[in-house]
Amino acid sequence: MKQFMFLFKGGDEVWDNKSPEEQDIHMQHWQEWIGKIAEQEKYIGGERLHPHGNTIHPGGVKVTDRPLTEAKEIVGGYIIVKANTLEEATEMAKGCPGLQWESSLEVREVWPMED
Amino acid sequence: MENHNHINTTVNHLFREESGKMVAVLIKIFGAENIELAEDVVQDALVKALETWKYRGMPDNPRAWLYRTAKNKAIDIIRRNKHSTLIDFSDPKKQLLTSNYTLNATMNNYWQENHIKDDFLAMMYACCHPNISQENQITFILKSLCGFSTKEVAKSFLTSEDTISKRLYRTKEYFRKHKIKPTIPGPDAIATKTSTVLSAIYLLFNEGYNSTHADQLIRKDLIEQAMLLCKSLLSSERTQLPEVYALMALLCFHAARIQSRTTPDGELILLHKQDRKIWDKALIAKGEEYLNKAAFGNMISTFHLEAAIAYEHCNAKKYQDTNWVSILSYYDLLLKIGYDPIVFLNRCLVILELDGPVKALEALERVKENKVLQQYYVYHATLGEIQQRLGDHAKAITYYQTAIKLTQSKQEQKFLKDKIAKLLN
Repeated sequence: MKQFMFLFKGGDEVWDNKSPEEQDIHMQHWQEWIGKIAEQEKYIGGERLHPHGNTIHPGGVKVTDRPLTEAKEIVGGYIIVKANTLEEATEMAKGCPGLQWESSLEVREVWPMED
Repeated sequence: MENHNHINTTVNHLFREESGKMVAVLIKIFGAENIELAEDVVQDALVKALETWKYRGMPDNPRAWLYRTAKNKAIDIIRRNKHSTLIDFSDPKKQLLTSNYTLNATMNNYWQENHIKDDFLAMMYACCHPNISQENQITFILKSLCGFSTKEVAKSFLTSEDTISKRLYRTKEYFRKHKIKPTIPGPDAIATKTSTVLSAIYLLFNEGYNSTHADQLIRKDLIEQAMLLCKSLLSSERTQLPEVYALMALLCFHAARIQSRTTPDGELILLHKQDRKIWDKALIAKGEEYLNKAAFGNMISTFHLEAAIAYEHCNAKKYQDTNWVSILSYYDLLLKIGYDPIVFLNRCLVILELDGPVKALEALERVKENKVLQQYYVYHATLGEIQQRLGDHAKAITYYQTAIKLTQSKQEQKFLKDKIAKLLN
């Protein structure tokens, strides 16, 4: 089986405007969604990312103290899953609860070791 | 100060009731190879509760506070050990503990009321694995599921803390080596496995009920814990079996009569001299309720029959009203289920009541070679009683003297010495 990375982008503003209770329920949905993937033994792992960070420019000298992307493009986290095809992975990704909170999701195949 | 005492009492009470459940949930999270880690988290939560409540006062819901604290500590431990080999995260459900996307929500699921209850029961079944000796089973139950300290467990079994630590270590090793995953047995196995659990509970109860203990507090604590464990089995539909109801009834009937069994100085009082007015009527009524519930299905267990016998005793207003005929029939049934020399001996005591000393002696003749009975003080005390009633005081005294040598209990020794003294006067 191939590996795919789901990159979650944007949606921070929506998150920040929700109450802690709403955030809890939302994370419960994430738990259910990833839980289903794990039950099929297709979940490898993943993590949330803090929104702040540094960008190092080409050449490795110049550093900017933020990601160089628009808010809705900022990567908020990733998970890695197993799937046979890009299509299958994409179907899986459609269940991501973040999509309901104005996140977008990018599905990318991880470059396989054997090629 | 008074406030502090109040806090201490509440914490002690909470700890007895809740620590076992918290340990069970944490063992589910960390795995049975990390029992000590689970116990440490619960211990830490308790210490934190004591410290915090002393300064800030009791929270509205101390139980929820304690659970939340334990849960947060567990989250810390998971975060710190995400990449270590301490905890095995390979199970798909535990995998979700390794990411912040799912850690909190997964953790909350582990601490849902219905899960807590099931995890606690599952631990009871795991502790009572047939490959773990009964002695080790009840030691582990007291320590991990009843919140006893090693010192308290040692006191309960009249042994050293060192012995207890060794027993606990062996049980934990068993869990580790065999990678035990505590579960409530499925429908096929539940009856047999529950029997093992019930035996352990009854043993624990008898440890408190028996008069070997001078320490009244320990006795009361053991009896209460055994009853709590039995009740927790009745709180889940899956484990509401006839045999469980029967044991619960038996424990109620026994516990109802505790006050009347000893004098304030701890001396034994025999059944026919007990003050029946101080028997706990509410508890007897509870026992009857349980006994009625035990009557479904077609299985009669030893607990059913023992409860029926205890019920007959509770039901007799005076000793003279005791229905010995019914009791004898229950003993006959008990012996049919499985021959047990001690049950046989008790049956002889009923014959003594019904048919007198000659018949009782005849019955006892049949077991005079039995090795278990030879070492059992009640056997010799019974022979003494029979000889006394037959008028042979010299023989009676010899039997009583043998009995005295065979019991460790000071109360029982005193009781027998008094009997001898009376015969000599």
